[in-house]
Amino acid sequence: MAEKLIGQDIAPPDLETKVTGRARFAEDFRAEGMVFAKLLLSPMPHARVRRIDASRALRMPGVLGILTADDLPDPEPPSERPLTNEPLYVGEPILALAAVDETTAADAIEQIEVDLETLPFVLDPLESLRPSGPNARLEGNTFVDGEVTTVKWTEADYAAAGEDELPMGEYTSDWSIGDLDAGFAEADLVLEETVVHQSLTHHPLEPRSCMAYWQNGKLHLFGSTQSTARTHSALADMLDLELDDVVFVGQYCGGGFGSKIAGSPIMAVPALLSRTLGRPVMLRITRYEENYIGRARPAQQARIRMGWRKDGKVTAIDLYMVQDHGPYGSSGDHQAASAIASLMYQPHAMRFRGVSIYTNTPPRSAQRQPGGGQIAPMLEPLMDKAARELGIDRVEMRRVNAPDHDSTFGPGESKLTTAYVREAIDIGAERFGWSEKTRLSGRRDGTKLTGIGVGLSAFVGGSFGYDGLVVIRPDGDLYIHQGTGNLGTHSFADTARAAADVLGMPWDRCHVIWGDTAEHLPWSSYQAGSQTAHAHSRANHAAGNDAKRKLQEIAARDLGGSPEAYETGDGRVFRRSNPTQGMSFAQAARRAIELGGAYSGQELPDDIHEMTVASAQGLAGRGLIGVAKDNYTRENGPWSFMMGFALVEVDAETGEVEIKEYTGVADCGTVLHPRGVAAQIHGGAVQGFGMARSQKWVFDPKWGVPFAYRLYTARPPGILDGPLTMDWAAVSEPDPQNPVGAKGIGEPPLGAGAAAITSAIADALGGTCLCRTPLTTDVILAELEGREQPYAKLDTHV
Amino acid sequence: MSDVEIVVDPGPGSFSRRSFIKGVVAAGAAVSSTSYLFRATSVFAVAPSARGSVARLITLRVNGQDRRVDVMPQETLAMTLRYKLGLTGTKLGCDRAECGACTVLLDGVPHYGCSMLTHMVRGRAVTTIEGLAAESGELHPVQRAVIDEGGFQCAFCAPGFIMSTVALLDENPSPSREEAAHVLSGNLCRCGDYSRILDSVVRAAEYMRRVS
Repeated sequence: MAEKLIGQDIAPPDLETKVTGRARFAEDFRAEGMVFAKLLLSPMPHARVRRIDASRALRMPGVLGILTADDLPDPEPPSERPLTNEPLYVGEPILALAAVDETTAADAIEQIEVDLETLPFVLDPLESLRPSGPNARLEGNTFVDGEVTTVKWTEADYAAAGEDELPMGEYTSDWSIGDLDAGFAEADLVLEETVVHQSLTHHPLEPRSCMAYWQNGKLHLFGSTQSTARTHSALADMLDLELDDVVFVGQYCGGGFGSKIAGSPIMAVPALLSRTLGRPVMLRITRYEENYIGRARPAQQARIRMGWRKDGKVTAIDLYMVQDHGPYGSSGDHQAASAIASLMYQPHAMRFRGVSIYTNTPPRSAQRQPGGGQIAPMLEPLMDKAARELGIDRVEMRRVNAPDHDSTFGPGESKLTTAYVREAIDIGAERFGWSEKTRLSGRRDGTKLTGIGVGLSAFVGGSFGYDGLVVIRPDGDLYIHQGTGNLGTHSFADTARAAADVLGMPWDRCHVIWGDTAEHLPWSSYQAGSQTAHAHSRANHAAGNDAKRKLQEIAARDLGGSPEAYETGDGRVFRRSNPTQGMSFAQAARRAIELGGAYSGQELPDDIHEMTVASAQGLAGRGLIGVAKDNYTRENGPWSFMMGFALVEVDAETGEVEIKEYTGVADCGTVLHPRGVAAQIHGGAVQGFGMARSQKWVFDPKWGVPFAYRLYTARPPGILDGPLTMDWAAVSEPDPQNPVGAKGIGEPPLGAGAAAITSAIADALGGTCLCRTPLTTDVILAELEGREQPYAKLDTHV
Repeated sequence: MSDVEIVVDPGPGSFSRRSFIKGVVAAGAAVSSTSYLFRATSVFAVAPSARGSVARLITLRVNGQDRRVDVMPQETLAMTLRYKLGLTGTKLGCDRAECGACTVLLDGVPHYGCSMLTHMVRGRAVTTIEGLAAESGELHPVQRAVIDEGGFQCAFCAPGFIMSTVALLDENPSPSREEAAHVLSGNLCRCGDYSRILDSVVRAAEYMRRVS
């Protein structure tokens, strides 16, 4: 019997193609006769297109045609159309033009005249909420109960708050648990702060380029996505096509972080242009364009009142959040943030109130740990401040409030499967050397001030109910079909090992099939929100079990005895009592084909998704088919937790911050793949460092035009912006609702990394919470020198 | 359907898909994003429309082979490699020397392929990620080290990092993590896999010392 694969370090099967340059990302595909498209972007933050004169452009040699918003399906507001006649932000695509090469396309774009009527615009939700403030959309400034509507505050609301506190006018979303007044009455310490969290672009390294052509009535689209099956269905929906008429290829994805969950709306452009022109169309997205159409995290301006008992227990949280969610769709980041605050600190009472306001800034989407990523760096410095005032150790403060297995949280008093938060805190404190390092708090050595920080963070660790599909082919090998994407987490391979382990199959005889819908892929979760590790270890386990049952039945039928008398391992099904008696998987696969029916996929379970049905039908007769929906127990939420510890040095003369040490400890259930978990913990933390320290937007408030639209102005962290080595560990206690014990861990590392840094910087500054991210050098230096801050308390996009 | 007038033919009685809106028309301005442009001379053999440039046939030394290729004066090395020589391992992440995904070696020295004109590299040895492995298929020690560390996440940055690492180890066979980080600081990894990238560099240095 092979050793269990779950828990081992196994390099993903695509790594050799990646390091040799053979891996084909979207822009690496070519097709005979391929032409190029370019976009014309709006120069204005809000305008109406009145006239497009493309005549000169279309007369140019080599120019093939244009595509405008009128050629695209028109979804109901506030949904987004990939090309628009009413741009709602600078950089929004108005039209696309195709030409034989990219230079000709770009030259031709310059020859197009677009007449735009300017419309009112707004960049800051607090401006839109003013009684006569502009709305970002003609229909209103917020989205409530399925409708775009308008919310305005009164002059009195603004006057009551003053300059430096968040006004708290009418809200559109709220919840509460417990008795808030009693919670604050119980408190020995109450703190109240206004905190601002920035918007920041995802900026995956691979821009969302895509290429498309049509062949025999089918669309073939090559794009960058986090989730293959979901992009397949999203494309069919967006373009009003049958699922069968779309072939989507996206084997590699150069990063998404929530910005490419089901592909991108812009995929419609090459899809439709190529249909019109009858030629393959490549749309290469530049970094400049990626900044605009590549999605961003919603900003939040919040007022937080929190109460603590003398022993550090949080008694009450009163959270009011104003969210900037760009011009399209709706975002629940603020609501998620509130639920996660209630989970992390378990207050006796909590109230949340919030509004989410449209602005004429680039569209938002989920960004790694949506809501949870914002709330951790906002609240953790306040926890520190309270710990200092109460004279409690900061790690002890987290222990006192940490949720456990029986905790509930949020408006629905949701339950958890497990919560090993105290264990994660203790392991981390030990590894980091917390008790020795806290002695360095605020120490000055030359110009360097040392700061020690902690950051707790949480996010839901998985979904359920998807399908698994495996085939044992007559070569005797196991083929695990995955509808998830391959965005760099390696979970497309890691979760496949749940099926391999059920069958006792060595990894070198397993083949993962992914990233091309022509290869018969099962219906899958979104590869986002830390869902996959949990959801698809369940689904693949279920499919593996189905294959195992069929192997046992075939062995019993041919060799006698009951199916239960047989076990599988090392590519054989054999009698438990006499392992020499059995048959190879190759023989069993051939028998499955002969027997037909469910054994070879001719008959399928009736509860699997239509996409899985089609895929299983495509594979029927090719071997022994294991196919099943994940029907394992799902009662409570499998939440994952992350505790981060950081040591920073702040230069008292320059305000520069050096992150010297970082330790992250996860509660992510059973560790599926140690190196994979390490990568999530460290990579997420590094992204958190960028959020805490450098990444932001800057807009010209007069014209609504952004200044920070490239990598060197948006400032994601480089290799010198973090420690040279980073430490990690995991509690590694199995989740009871997952057959292999796994919970997802993609999200929580980001918030923990960001919060550990905001906490450490506050610590270096003697416990001062600057209550803003990013904590850029100018902000820190102003504090160190006792000067007025460069930005007003509530300023955003500065 | 919108009421935007779209003019596609300027002739008399021009075809307009929408009725013309009368009234004052504000002067329109359009922003387009012209970067890392590419003109496919070999595909489309007519006079270029605007820039008055013509292609010249040149010989490039790429991965040990002489490659004859038509190149426009403004063409970048990354575009020539990707679109004319089929070497798509060199990635474009930013097109403006910000991310390093397009790093290639010129006579062993790392350069951003997006920021070198192809004409400037005539007579120089160009090495791309495709040229690292031996002809036998045996991987370069840096590639081997990455695989043995299970390195990179999305790996879109990997070709650039690997090329920079090859150049680093050629110059300094035993770099400290700090030295390596400084040399690699021209390459960006958005997955934030830096700690493991440095692990791979250390391992690659070991492998290379063993080989030499």
